[in-house]
Amino acid sequence: MKTLIDCDRGDIVTIKRLHTAGELKQRLISFGLMRGAKVKVLEFAPAKKTIEIKVNSTRVALRGDEAALIEVIDES
Amino acid sequence: MSHKVLECPLTTKHIKIALVGQPNVGKSMLINSISDARLHVGNFSGVTVEKCEVFFDYSGYNFSITDLPGTYALNNYTIEEGVTSSFLHSAEYDLILNVTDSTSLEKNLTLTSEIMGLGKKVVVALNMSDEAEKEGIEIDEKYLSKLLGVKCVKVSAAKKTGIEELLESIIESFEHAHAKPKMIFSEAVEEELHTIKSYLDAHNYSSMLPNSAVAINLLQEDLCSIEAISTESLYVDLQPILAEAKRHIQTHHDSDDLKEIWAEEYAAFARGVVAETLKLTKTEKLSFTERLDTILIHPLLGIPIFLFFMWALFQLTFEIGSIPMGYIDALFGLIGEAVGGLIAHDELRSLIVDGVIAGVGAVVLFIPNIIILFIGIALLESTGYMSRVAFLLDGIFHKFGLHGQSFIPLVTGFGCSIPAYMSARILKNDRDRLLTLFIIGFMSCGARLPVYVLFTGAFFSQNVAGNVLFAIYIVGAILGLIAAKILKMTAFKGVDEPFVMEMPKYRLPSLKLISHTVINKTWMYLKKAGTFIALASMLVWFLSNYPQQPVLQQEYSIKIEQASSQESIVELKNLLAKESLERSYLGEIGKFIEPIFEPLGLDWRLAVALQTGLAAKEVVVSTLGVLYAVGDSSQSQNSLTDAIRENVPFASAVSFIVIIMIYLPCLAASIVFTREAGGIKYFFYLLLFTSLTAYFLAFIAHRVALLL
Repeated sequence: MKTLIDCDRGDIVTIKRLHTAGELKQRLISFGLMRGAKVKVLEFAPAKKTIEIKVNSTRVALRGDEAALIEVIDES
Repeated sequence: MSHKVLECPLTTKHIKIALVGQPNVGKSMLINSISDARLHVGNFSGVTVEKCEVFFDYSGYNFSITDLPGTYALNNYTIEEGVTSSFLHSAEYDLILNVTDSTSLEKNLTLTSEIMGLGKKVVVALNMSDEAEKEGIEIDEKYLSKLLGVKCVKVSAAKKTGIEELLESIIESFEHAHAKPKMIFSEAVEEELHTIKSYLDAHNYSSMLPNSAVAINLLQEDLCSIEAISTESLYVDLQPILAEAKRHIQTHHDSDDLKEIWAEEYAAFARGVVAETLKLTKTEKLSFTERLDTILIHPLLGIPIFLFFMWALFQLTFEIGSIPMGYIDALFGLIGEAVGGLIAHDELRSLIVDGVIAGVGAVVLFIPNIIILFIGIALLESTGYMSRVAFLLDGIFHKFGLHGQSFIPLVTGFGCSIPAYMSARILKNDRDRLLTLFIIGFMSCGARLPVYVLFTGAFFSQNVAGNVLFAIYIVGAILGLIAAKILKMTAFKGVDEPFVMEMPKYRLPSLKLISHTVINKTWMYLKKAGTFIALASMLVWFLSNYPQQPVLQQEYSIKIEQASSQESIVELKNLLAKESLERSYLGEIGKFIEPIFEPLGLDWRLAVALQTGLAAKEVVVSTLGVLYAVGDSSQSQNSLTDAIRENVPFASAVSFIVIIMIYLPCLAASIVFTREAGGIKYFFYLLLFTSLTAYFLAFIAHRVALLL
């Protein structure tokens, strides 16, 4: 399973599944991070502690632990 | 904008508006543009943490707008989002003004579609239309209005365009009956909604909401609607229909999470609408924000760049701030002399000149430093850099048990602890929030700046004082991190909260916005100096001048008469002043508490100054001004800095500064802390925690400084 944390800088991927539930899932969804959304990986903080991504026209910062919950597939 | 005064309030029409939108779309700025209000504006999520009402008149109508905290969706993720959600569901208002960011319409419309389901009148403001135009985003707002069934108006709060049209649309919508907004869901959902609505219609069900809205609520498992309908007899037969409907939708969406399904429905609707009404005329290249981000949040350079900015800020605070200080000092000297000359009565003159003018002057002296610090913080807030720093620091903060977003209240704390305590509400988790509240005090607030400037100016040369000042702030922040770690391991154990945060676009700071914020805050500081500090100075003056010592004075006046040289007269006069001060009420208090502070190397004057600092940190300086002005005033006009240098040993100054850095925040901040933490017991925890830490560290610092 490939997740956001496995991506490289500049990758464009599509979200396949959110492996979380409850509030965090809703939070991600309200930022536009939902199934089928296209995501571009913009920047990593040192050691991939935090990651900056772009979804639609919104830039979102996530902690690496949360990024690892977002399953993605490569844009074909 | 016309602001007609209305003659008869009874015939006036009131329009109550709820202002809703996602965070950082410019809601507060829009209100400021509409009504000349002065709400605080910044460029990050969560500037408005409390709802706030603004009133104004326009074309015969009396408007009241409630500015609600920004929210991504109508749930209760954070406290301030809960405020918005519960207001929309249960408060009384006529219509919702939904502010959206034209440059990211799709995300914003997700909230809009959710709002449209509330069954209230809605007007949509497409804010930042000027920016959208620049980015080549063309929105057909007429077609958008038609598709949504809701009036949409292009506005720009920053450029003040479209405001009148927006107000006209609000009036028009207010005067007309509520028209059902047009929401289109996926086929499966539409089909099931239709089934449920027909069932409700067939059984003549009626509630405050139209049946179509009830159908949506039922499918969303909205507790209020279910509760309302569950007492009706028709609910018995409705249940299996609902269950079947949910099953159908869940299969269709390949998910059993209804919330996820609905979010996807709203997002799909928003996507569809945007596809129809928005045209991109420019091809997307790397935006300004993205190019800047490659440097500012660079994995290696990001943090050094941030530290450089902070260092530069404190250098400027000291270097430039010290230039006008001499003039201000001289000005207050002149005022003192002029006023003193007018007052014949000895004691009254002393009260005004040595008490009020000296005390207030000592505080006003630091206005230039304060202004520079406030400009720095305003820049940080309004450019969007704040969120980047949160991004950079989350890794480090996380190690110390804090949340990356704690950075925002912590930085606000460098200005003033009170808004910092309030902005801690952006932290969702109670433990994170409490932990942050306890740490905010370690970020030295603007009111403590005068004390630092005074002492660094007294003990260090001009060219290193700025660095020392920076070091004081950094050491404070590092101590805060260590304290956070200790608290996290002991009092606030628990799982870590997720970190999901929007990164706003960079914006060039607008001169108007910055000057507005800085002038506002500086004015508050001056006002405090003129009222609270003046009163406190009078009190300190009284306590330091009474009871009078007639016997002592007589003794000395005999000695002075007998004195041979001018020099010994001055010396005797100073001795008299010193001894009277020691026997005054303040001297008594100081002597009483001196044993506690003796191990820290503080004499009674410094000990007393610390106590007065509990009221407000500026009072520390004005108290020192009153206490050290006594006796020396005749010989050295320039002043407190010299008096400190002459009277306070370096090691004592170090321990004094350490205490100022750590001990209890001022009275007003303590009250806000207690309110935000949620109980008086937290205040006692804070008192205990800060006092013990301050005492312990000051003791060590004193010992170390003695060895130097």
